[in-house]
Amino acid sequence: MYIDVNGAQVYAYTGSRDFDRALPTLVFIHGAAHDHSVWSLQSRYFAHHGRNVLAVDLPGHGKSGGEPLSTVSVMADWIIGLLDAQRVSNAVLVGHSMGSLIVLDTAARHPERVVRLVLIGPSVPMPVSDVLLEAAKRDDHVAFELITTWSFSPEHQLGGNQQPGVWMTGSALRLLERSRPGALYADLLACHGYAGGLAAAERMHHPALLIVGGCDLMAPPKNAQALIEALPHKRVVTIPNCGHSLMVEAPDAVLDALRSFV
Amino acid sequence: MRYHTSIPYPRGYARMTKPKTTHFDTLTLHAGARPDAATGARATPIYQSTSFVFPDTDHAAALFNMERAGHVYSRISNPTCAVREERISALEGGVAAIAVACGQAALHLAIVTLMGAGSHIVASRALYGGSHNLLDYTLPRFGIKTTFVNPRELDQWRAAIRPNTRLLFGETLGNPGLEVLDVARVAALAHEHGLPLLIDSTFTTPYLMRPFEHGADLVYHSATKFLSGHGVVIGGVLIDGGCFDWEKSAKFPTLTQPYAGFHNMVFTDESTTAAFLLRARREGIRDFGACMAPMTAFQILQGIETLPLRMQRHIDNTRKIVAFLRDHPLVDAIGYPELPEHPDHVLAQKLLPKGCGAVFSFSIRGTREQGRKFIEALKIFSHLANVGDAKSLVIHPASTTHFRVSAEDLKAAGITEGTIRLSVGLEHADDLIEDLSRALHAAGKA
Repeated sequence: MYIDVNGAQVYAYTGSRDFDRALPTLVFIHGAAHDHSVWSLQSRYFAHHGRNVLAVDLPGHGKSGGEPLSTVSVMADWIIGLLDAQRVSNAVLVGHSMGSLIVLDTAARHPERVVRLVLIGPSVPMPVSDVLLEAAKRDDHVAFELITTWSFSPEHQLGGNQQPGVWMTGSALRLLERSRPGALYADLLACHGYAGGLAAAERMHHPALLIVGGCDLMAPPKNAQALIEALPHKRVVTIPNCGHSLMVEAPDAVLDALRSFV
Repeated sequence: MRYHTSIPYPRGYARMTKPKTTHFDTLTLHAGARPDAATGARATPIYQSTSFVFPDTDHAAALFNMERAGHVYSRISNPTCAVREERISALEGGVAAIAVACGQAALHLAIVTLMGAGSHIVASRALYGGSHNLLDYTLPRFGIKTTFVNPRELDQWRAAIRPNTRLLFGETLGNPGLEVLDVARVAALAHEHGLPLLIDSTFTTPYLMRPFEHGADLVYHSATKFLSGHGVVIGGVLIDGGCFDWEKSAKFPTLTQPYAGFHNMVFTDESTTAAFLLRARREGIRDFGACMAPMTAFQILQGIETLPLRMQRHIDNTRKIVAFLRDHPLVDAIGYPELPEHPDHVLAQKLLPKGCGAVFSFSIRGTREQGRKFIEALKIFSHLANVGDAKSLVIHPASTTHFRVSAEDLKAAGITEGTIRLSVGLEHADDLIEDLSRALHAAGKA
C-alpha cells in the first residue's frame, strides 16, 4: 500500500492484506540500499497471523518516492511519521542492519511509540570501511559486489537456498543494482555517522531481541557485544553458519525467533 | 576500526578488500549444492518423492501461503531440481530459475507467464523448428500471434513491434544457419518499448555466452543438449535475469496486479528481483504442470559438472572439422561464424570469443541423392534429431527438423535441400574427420 508520510508517497508491503487498526502492528525496516522485499517471508507470515504488517521502503528506496534520508535519527523520526500517518499509537519495530540502528534510535527517543524491538544483524557502532564508502560515493559497481561478498556466510556463497530455485547472491546483488544512484552512499554515511547507539541502548526500557549471524562478516558478532551488554532487557539468538543476510540465509530460524518474541 | 579489517575470518577465508568471485568452473560443480545434511552424501541426492511431510499444521499453512520457504509437492518444487535451478542461475548470472520438462516447456512457460490472448510476439525467423511450430501454428489458436523477422535486421524488429507486443525472442545462434543475434542491440530496442527480451541459449550455454550480460531479460535452455551432454534425458530450464522493471513497463498485469489465483498476490510487491519467476512457479508450473523429474535434474547436474571441459572439446573438434570441410571439393557454403565469410563473423568475435558452438551446417555440391548417400555412409556420426550430445550427430534439416516450414521461410532461414547439420561431439577429431571423408567420397561416387 502507498501511504502519505510528511507529504511524500511511500510504499509499505502489507502481505496482500488490508490494514486493520484493531490489530497490533509490526514495522519491518530494511538495511542500506535494500527494500521491503528482504522481509517477504517473515512479514507475510505475520500479516496472515493476526498482525498488521508495514514492511516499508524508506524514502528514496524501492517503490517509495523522495530522497534517501541523511541520518539515522532523521530516519527514526520518519518512522514516527509513518505511524502517525497510519494512526498507529505503538508498534513492534523490526530492523535489519541499518534498520536495526533506526529501530534502536526510534525506541530510545520515542519510547511511547514502541512496544518491543528486534535488531537483526546489529553492530554498534556501525563504521563503514573507506574502500566501501569511496566505491559507494562513486556509484561504483564494486560497492555492490563488496557488500554481496561480505553479506553471506562462506557456506551460503555457493547457494543452498531454502527458497527453491533462487540464487541468493545473485538476487542480493541485483537488488543493490536496482537501488537508486546515491542511495547506498547516503545509507552508509548514515550508518557510519550514527554515534548514539550505546547511549540509546543503555536507557532502553523495552524488551529487545537481537538476532546475530554466527558467520556475519558485515556486522561480526563481536561488534554487537557492547550493544548486548548495554541493553537491560534483551534476548540474543545467534544463528550459526549464517552471515549478514539472515532473513534469506536462515528464514525459518529468523521467523521462529520473531514468533517466540512478539 | 573498519568492518572488513576487524572481523574474525573463518579459516581459509582470505581478508577481502576486493569482491570475491567464484569462478565459473567451480560453480559448475558446487553452486546450489552442499553435502546432504542427513547423510553426508557428497553428490546431490535424488529426492524421488512426490511430497514432503509437514512438521505441523501451522508450518503446512505457511508453506502453502509463501510465508515459509520449502518444498510441498514435487510438481511445484523439489530439492534435487532446486539444486539444478540454483546452479544454472549462478552460471548464467541470473537471480532464479525453474526446471521444466523440456526446452519447449520453458518457452511456453515464459510466454504464458507474461501474456494472454490478444498479445503479440516479435521473434527471430532463425528458430529451432519446434519453437517455430509453437509460435506460428499453435499459439495463434490461443490468441497469441507472432511476427517473424530477419534477426540481423534491427529495422525489421522495430517495425514489427505493435501496441500489444509483449515479448521479443531470439536464439543466441540461429538454427540451423548460426545467425549470431546482436543481443545488446535487440535488448536495447526491446527496452525502448518497455518489453523484455527472451533468449534461447541452448546452442551456446553460459560457457560461451551469458546473455544477461548483454541486456537480455529472460533466458532458457533445452537442457537436453549441451548442459546435459550425455543425451539420456529431456529437460529444460527458464532463468530470470532480475533486471527488467515490470512496473515501469506497465504492460504486464500478470506480474503487477493482484492475482486472484493466489490470494491477490502482486508478484512485483512480493519480490523486487524475481517477480517473473515467482509467477512462473506459483501459477505456470502449478497449472500447466510441465515439471522436471528429480532423476532428470540429477542427470543434468552430472552433465553440468563437466560443462567447461566438454564445451572446450566440442569447440576444438568443431574447429578442426570446419577446417577440413572448408578445403574439401564437394563441400559448399559452411555456415560457421568463426569463418571470415560468415555474415556475422565480426559480431561473433565480439559476443562469442570462446567459440561459436559445436553445431553448424554445410551444403554438399550435388544432388539430393548425393546428400542422402553422404548421411547414410557415415559410421560415427549418428543420424538423428538432436544436438549437443557427447556423440557426434548429423541430420538433414529440410526433411526433418524444419519439414513443416514453408519453402519461402526455409530459404529465408538459409536452409536448402542440400543443407546438412552437424553436431560435433567429443570423439577424437581424427576419427570424425575420417568418417566425414569416407562419407563425402561415397557421395561423390553416387
